[in-house]
Amino acid sequence: MAFWIASSPHNHIKSETSAIMRLVIYATIPGIFAQWYFFGWGNIIHISLAIITALVAEFTILSLRERNIKAQLFDGSGILTAVLIGISIPAIAPWWISVIGAAFAIIIVKQLYGGLGHNPFNPAMAGYVMLLISFPLQMTSWQPPLELMALPLSFVDTLSVIIGGFTIDGYSVEQLRTHIDGYTMATPLDTVKTNLTMGLTIAESMENPVIGENFGLGWEWINAGFLLGGLFLLAKKAISWATPLSFLSSLFVCSLIAFLFSQDSNASTMFHWFNGACMLGAFFILTDPVSGATSIKGRIVFGALAGFLVFIIRKYGGYPDAVAFAVLICNMAAPLIDQYTRPRTYGHNVSSNKAGNE
Amino acid sequence: MKLNEEYKELAWQGLWKNNPGIVQLLGLCPLLAVTSTLTNAIGLGLATLFVLICSNATVSAIRHWVPKEIRIPIFVLIIASFVTCVQLLMNAYTFGLYQSLGIFLPLIVTNCAIIGRAEAYASKNPIKQATFDGLMMGLGFLLILMLLGTVREILGQGTLFDGANLLLGEWAIILRVEVFHLDSQFLLAILPPGAFIVMGLFIALKNAIDDRVAAGQPKAENTEISRVRVNFDEK
Repeated sequence: MAFWIASSPHNHIKSETSAIMRLVIYATIPGIFAQWYFFGWGNIIHISLAIITALVAEFTILSLRERNIKAQLFDGSGILTAVLIGISIPAIAPWWISVIGAAFAIIIVKQLYGGLGHNPFNPAMAGYVMLLISFPLQMTSWQPPLELMALPLSFVDTLSVIIGGFTIDGYSVEQLRTHIDGYTMATPLDTVKTNLTMGLTIAESMENPVIGENFGLGWEWINAGFLLGGLFLLAKKAISWATPLSFLSSLFVCSLIAFLFSQDSNASTMFHWFNGACMLGAFFILTDPVSGATSIKGRIVFGALAGFLVFIIRKYGGYPDAVAFAVLICNMAAPLIDQYTRPRTYGHNVSSNKAGNE
Repeated sequence: MKLNEEYKELAWQGLWKNNPGIVQLLGLCPLLAVTSTLTNAIGLGLATLFVLICSNATVSAIRHWVPKEIRIPIFVLIIASFVTCVQLLMNAYTFGLYQSLGIFLPLIVTNCAIIGRAEAYASKNPIKQATFDGLMMGLGFLLILMLLGTVREILGQGTLFDGANLLLGEWAIILRVEVFHLDSQFLLAILPPGAFIVMGLFIALKNAIDDRVAAGQPKAENTEISRVRVNFDEK
């Protein structure tokens, strides 16, 4: 037995990785509940599939690398990755989407780089982007919210669509995506984007049934759910306030400038906040301690860059939502941000710190 | 007998130990760009093989007359003329493949594997060995291209030898094998990132095999006890 010599700060309460991860997983519950309420059982089925895949993949790689399997398999980080992937894919996507995504995220993005703490990219978002560029058709087959669907979708139907591609009554994914009025529906972000290219104004797009009364039927509540979970995490001090705050304000400022500049071709700020993966990204993905920036100043820069990128890609990019791409680009920038936002060491003045950096 | 050993060493270097594809990592641009199907990979591999043999032989044949100062432009000129030959031949006989390889066929000129061999080996050795070296390096490159092409085509489309008729003529349509049916292509395997990932896995596999072989061999040098002896008497 040896003395364990620790450097300062000598805190006596250490929060273990598994405890934090568990807390973050609990905090996703309100958002998942909203998803279940508006889009049915699909995401919950995908989350369970992804968790099983992630555990199997992680077990395989850990035993190949001869690591401590029990401690690393159940530290919750793999499960959290799987939950985030399950949340972000369309509810009626086929089963192999979540399996491939979770396996890619765990094996290639996380374990090949050396496991938890060594991955330069957020595993869940890298897995999601891989799926999005590999299977564009399946990854964009979002269904309309349940109340707008022409066909009912029970738990058994959802399971059957995910596994076999058809419901019990033989309806395909394409038919399920049909609105009561008989045309295929897209997500609010996608609808607005497509309408803009067709020459419709934002005000006209807001008449679309998929938008609902506010910013997006169902989507606003899902984002509100993740916002609630995020505030819970902030209160528990599981995540830092800097990243989400700077991300959301950056997105707010960018979209406000665009909105004031031309109200017909730019959606409102709240539309940006409460659609797509905005709140999920702000509180659950950008706050990843491994792939994000380290110091408070660094996190502010990191979040602001992400918010700016989300707005730019949503407005000018080829894909309707942008959080995953923005996160990956910011992950690449994080080491550079850390390099330039190193905090001043106590006792060193500014000039000598500068000299030390050079 | 000594000559035979040398050929063996050349083959070993070209095919495995110093493979231009997965060890020297030369010519990555065509390697990663055109290996989305097996047919493309074979087409580019054969073209590179041909250019490599011919340029090695020529460079070796004229090695006594090339001034050291301007050797690189001369090598490039030789390689470029052979690439032009290949390009014109493929344009004439395998037009479909010529089109699907596109810019990567003329880009063989800039393939560092070829100029690297001309500089490092052919310009210093006799014609026979240089030609053989070109053959082995070219085969090593072709082998990696084919492996990458196979994996990426199976993962991406679930087929093998898709479009083989572009390379071999109309009869080759029967070569097309559908390994399994995919409703949708796995685009990652066909796009360049997939090529990088598969390539990285190949390099890892090769290193793992090398490590295992090295671990299997007895460590002779560690067993003998060395002692420093200082003897002033003998001089």
